[in-house]
Amino acid sequence: MAGKILRNNLAVAVLAILLVILLVYVYASTAIKMPGSVFLQHLTNGLSLGSLFALIAIGYTMVYTILSMINFAHGDIFMISLYFAFFTLSVFNMPWVLAFVCVAALTPIVGILIERFAYRPLRDAPKNSVLISAIGASFLLENAATYLFGGRPKVLPDIPLLSRVISIHSVNFQVVSIVIPILTFAILIALINFINHTKTGIAMRAVAKDHEIARVMGVNINRIISLTFIIGSSLAAVGGFMWGTRYPGITPMMGVMPGLKCFVAAVVGGIGDIKGAVMGGFILGLGEILIVALFPNISGYRDAFAFILLIIILLVKPTGILGSKAREKV
Amino acid sequence: MLKVENLVVNYGGITAINNISFDVPDKQIVALIGANGAGKSTTLRSVIGLTKPKSGSIEYNGESIYGLDSQLIVSKGITLTPEGRRIFANLTVLENIKIGAYLRRDEDGVKSDQKWVYELFPILEKRSWQMAGTLSGGEQQMLAVARALMSRPKLLMMDEPSLGLAPIIVNNIFAIIKEINKNGVTILLIEQNANMALKIADKGYVMETGKITAAGTGEELLNDPHVKAAYLGAAAGKKKGRL
Ligand SMILES: Nc1ncnc2c1ncn2[C@@H]1O[C@H](COP(=O)(O)OP(=O)(O)OP(=O)(O)O)[C@@H](O)[C@H]1O
Ligand SMILES: [Mg+2]
Repeated sequence: MAGKILRNNLAVAVLAILLVILLVYVYASTAIKMPGSVFLQHLTNGLSLGSLFALIAIGYTMVYTILSMINFAHGDIFMISLYFAFFTLSVFNMPWVLAFVCVAALTPIVGILIERFAYRPLRDAPKNSVLISAIGASFLLENAATYLFGGRPKVLPDIPLLSRVISIHSVNFQVVSIVIPILTFAILIALINFINHTKTGIAMRAVAKDHEIARVMGVNINRIISLTFIIGSSLAAVGGFMWGTRYPGITPMMGVMPGLKCFVAAVVGGIGDIKGAVMGGFILGLGEILIVALFPNISGYRDAFAFILLIIILLVKPTGILGSKAREKV
Repeated sequence: MLKVENLVVNYGGITAINNISFDVPDKQIVALIGANGAGKSTTLRSVIGLTKPKSGSIEYNGESIYGLDSQLIVSKGITLTPEGRRIFANLTVLENIKIGAYLRRDEDGVKSDQKWVYELFPILEKRSWQMAGTLSGGEQQMLAVARALMSRPKLLMMDEPSLGLAPIIVNNIFAIIKEINKNGVTILLIEQNANMALKIADKGYVMETGKITAAGTGEELLNDPHVKAAYLGAAAGKKKGRL
């Protein structure tokens, strides 16, 4: 039993993360005498930031699996989703549930368009061309947003139900920081079930392995690829909406840093693996929040954490925590 | 059933197939033999739409399938077991078999065909939950054939199904090809193992550097002195050496 757990990468990684959290807690409670309730609050914040990262990271990893490319525009799709949130909530005054649905439905259109016009024409081109096209798509979205919406930050209205603070045993939570992790896990389970157990899910994995032979099986690979972008962008939209309830300022460049970090999360977890992306997201989110909480004097470097982690992972295990290079028989 | 006329295929500036014509009659086994690089695989890839030809015509049951999308071509009942197996290594054996039936809507038929391919290849049933990438080479070849059969093809094109298999398995594969054919499936077979292929073939074509240089019944080609010299003696010897 114990041996079996130790041979499972996922189980080992989860245990390691829990252990690190425990050590951090011991350190926090002894060295800097942080009360348990405050630690718990930081932990919740870390979990909810981690879930947001996870939602965005899934999009990177799914597109990578199916097209072997990094969709550099993904962070900007996240940014666009926040503008959609702003317009539905502030301009059209929609109730937030309706706005949420609209944002989750509209954002994928941007994803589909980018795939259709920036990536599909280059399907048979060298990988570098697609990469450059992705960077171009990213600039296009950033500049289009600046042109259309202006560079000055827009502020999302408060959603009282989500931003309400509740306290349990003197630990204060924003409702949204509990909603986000629950939502993320629900989405993760649904997504994994979809990919593992439906006909379309099998087709998706087949396309990921071999476009040509998937076509010979009768799979419409363009539809599967569009679907991948739809899923990725709608998860980014869900993440964006929730992000907006916590960090309400919206600017055209705001997708860059979360986009980069979530890309790092996907690589750290093992690019191509959805569970890995989620785990990477949690590691980054928790790490960032806990470092700021424990070492306030280096909090200015909080963004560096992701990239230091990236370098370490690339040196130690380039395929990421859950990544394994599949051996192929020739 | 399949009629190819004046087919020309270029890769960049290089002509891989230079004006070939052949036909595959209904319910027969047709063998296509030839040296490495002759253009055999390219021919099959063009028929199924993976490679876009430059000119010519490809008719299937009197209907042009030239230039159509692969997805549409396979929906008409053509399938391919590709060169080098190319099973989906990241899917289980059962999922590979299921995706073979991707376009079918008749669930009962799919179930009974699944039983049929498991009867043809009992080892696959034992391995059905295993990742296909962990199968042995021979098992992967069987899976590639099983996957193709699951679409219930009318025309099955096979690109070197015996490549890299032990002699006993090769015999097995050829027996199964005959059985599939008895079930009413037309077969277009590419083989380096010219001797065995021509023995089971109703009809054969010999390709050399992008051209068809000989045609006839399997028997005629087996006795053709040029074919004998170029493909039978030498090819059989080379095959044995490699195994
Ligand atoms: N994608 C490609 N790009 C450029 N040239 C190609 C490509 N595929 C095949 N060729 C060339 O076309 C010619 C025919 O190749 P093909 O694969 O059809 O040969 P074959 O008869 O199947 O050979 P083998 O018995 O070795 O499989 C070869 O000269 C090959 O180098
Ligand atoms: Mg070939």
